[in-house]
Amino acid sequence: MNRITQFLTRTHGKGKLDWTDYVSYTYLFVGLFTMFAPIVWLVMSSLKTESAIAQFPPTFLPYSQREVVVAGHDKPLPLYLTKITDVSGNTTEREMAQVMRLGIEATMIDPAKPSAEPVRVNINDRKPVNELKLATSNYTEVFGKFNFGRYLFNSVFITVIATLLTLLVNSMAAFALSKYQFKGQKLVFGLIIATLMIPPTIILVPVFLVINSVGMLNSLWGVILPAIATPTGVFLLRQYMLTIPDELLEAARMDFASEWRIYWKIILPLSAPALAVLAIFSVMWRWNDFLLPLIVLSKSEFFTLQLALNSFQGELNTQWHYLLAMTVITLIPITMVFAFLQKYITTGIAGAGVK
Amino acid sequence: MSTLQLQSLTKSFGDVHVIKGVDLQVEHGQFVVFVGPSGCGKSTLLRMIAGLETSTAGDIKIDDAVVNDVSAAQRGCAMVFQSYALYPHMSVYDNMAFGLENAGVAKSVIIEKVTAAATLLRLTELLDRKPTQLSGGQRQRVAIGRAIVREPKLFLFDEPLSNLDAELRVSMRAELRELHARLGSTMIYVTHDQVEAMTLADKIVVLRAGKIEQVGTPKELYERPVNTFVAGFIGSPRMNFIPKDALQAAPALASQLSPAASQVGIRPEHLLIDTDVNSAIQGLSLTVQQFEYMGASSLLQGLLADGTRIEVLLSQAVALQRGDVVKLILDAAKMHSFDADEQRIII
Repeated sequence: MNRITQFLTRTHGKGKLDWTDYVSYTYLFVGLFTMFAPIVWLVMSSLKTESAIAQFPPTFLPYSQREVVVAGHDKPLPLYLTKITDVSGNTTEREMAQVMRLGIEATMIDPAKPSAEPVRVNINDRKPVNELKLATSNYTEVFGKFNFGRYLFNSVFITVIATLLTLLVNSMAAFALSKYQFKGQKLVFGLIIATLMIPPTIILVPVFLVINSVGMLNSLWGVILPAIATPTGVFLLRQYMLTIPDELLEAARMDFASEWRIYWKIILPLSAPALAVLAIFSVMWRWNDFLLPLIVLSKSEFFTLQLALNSFQGELNTQWHYLLAMTVITLIPITMVFAFLQKYITTGIAGAGVK
Repeated sequence: MSTLQLQSLTKSFGDVHVIKGVDLQVEHGQFVVFVGPSGCGKSTLLRMIAGLETSTAGDIKIDDAVVNDVSAAQRGCAMVFQSYALYPHMSVYDNMAFGLENAGVAKSVIIEKVTAAATLLRLTELLDRKPTQLSGGQRQRVAIGRAIVREPKLFLFDEPLSNLDAELRVSMRAELRELHARLGSTMIYVTHDQVEAMTLADKIVVLRAGKIEQVGTPKELYERPVNTFVAGFIGSPRMNFIPKDALQAAPALASQLSPAASQVGIRPEHLLIDTDVNSAIQGLSLTVQQFEYMGASSLLQGLLADGTRIEVLLSQAVALQRGDVVKLILDAAKMHSFDADEQRIII
């Protein structure tokens, strides 16, 4: 704790704040706010009830109106702080439950004395009684209400299988490009890298046509297969594998190892840091991917979470409370991957570049 | 039995000829050392024997069978690399067992062989460690152990001691010699260090620029070098070369030389000095440049009258200063004469 405080209050010099401190802290706070505020807002809103989300002006914390059960009424009634003017002209404020509302006039009842005569007040004379309440039902209901399990399975299946295949295919290409001398080796590598210059949206239509003609529309494989070979992955792994000494391969060759065994038993274990980086990237790409699943998967049973989120947004009606809850759920795995594996990202990238 | 035969072996990278026609016969159980300055092609030659490089022309025969097109593993050679090339992610045991596993040897046999090799090399305690947790000498022994378990026809060593410190190098040298005596197998060893070559070899092959200059026992090479290159390369400190003209100051010596000789070579340890410049013995006058006292002996560096640099390894107890002039005495029997083409003149 002490060290965290020390870290967070570091200054340019000793003691007094320098002008650079003001600049850097302002910059950091602006950055923190712009990047983190939307996430916090999302999480807060996902815990609000449907009506609280629609409330204006919006509140930061998930408030919702308190309700009471009043004898003689089946449903709980919402509570309001109501101004009541009695016969003598004295104005008092009391918590009253609203029975019904008609135009600008609301019929209120005192929950303490349900048998008393209801009072009619102008709606401007009452204020809702709010309490802090987490609408966890947003989360629990999402699972039952929609085919959530199906979407989750689709997303996980695509992410896991595609990442495994990506690691396999890219590492094989990288192995060949880094450890074998053959004619046109540089050209092939150059071509692979050159594809980085083509934006994926440009090849979207041809990709769709190919997927269609091989009959993989509305199949999870139609999303997995087109993108398993990535120039970024080949580049990252090749650069890393160049640092593995050739003598190890020669030693293995003299040890009766076949080329496949060299790849599997020597190259792959030694490339683990670079593979970890690519795995993290691949998981993030696949989990967040939207465009390719959108064009390949049109039946709802094949939807990924991202597509399901999109489909919640109807033309006339959007169930924001479920949408927000599901967005938060969708963010969790990727956040975990990033939080726990981020040290591999930095070491892996540094290792691939510098060594 | 395992013999090796190289027949007019050549290797070129494009226009660069690295190995220019090498012929060599290695008998069973010999310890052969390839020695030469860096870039002479000795490592390439070893890698060609191992099967890691292809030859451009010529034949490699192991046990009288041509193995030009046989893969590295199938040739039955085991190699110890300069960097040891231990698999960093495997334990010492796995490093030694890897080759046998690949060859499909039964597990019980693997355990037996690895244990035997580990005992031989005193590695038993270290079998579970990773190579990074070992010292240089231990890694070296693991690399040798990995070669031993495969019971190869030929052991190939590519400068295996060059990464060790001086002290460890001496003790590993002794261990290698003992290992050779115990296994009795054919070993080929590459080094640029002529001391290693002299101490280890049954037979030294001196290479220069892709060609064999001389093949022979250490004694032969030391006593009868065929040319100035071998003469200068073998022996430390290196041999002195004195132009014929500089010898005229000692007519008794000069008269013994063959008329074809253009220079003579004499080893520093075969030279003597006389501090009395006016004595009756014929000799050359030498001006002392440096005098290094090394305990058992002293190393004297000086210049002859014509500017030729001479090193003398003295076992005499003398103390000299820079600028002193002494008389250098040469023993005609220990002199090697070389002709204008730097070849030895056989008398």
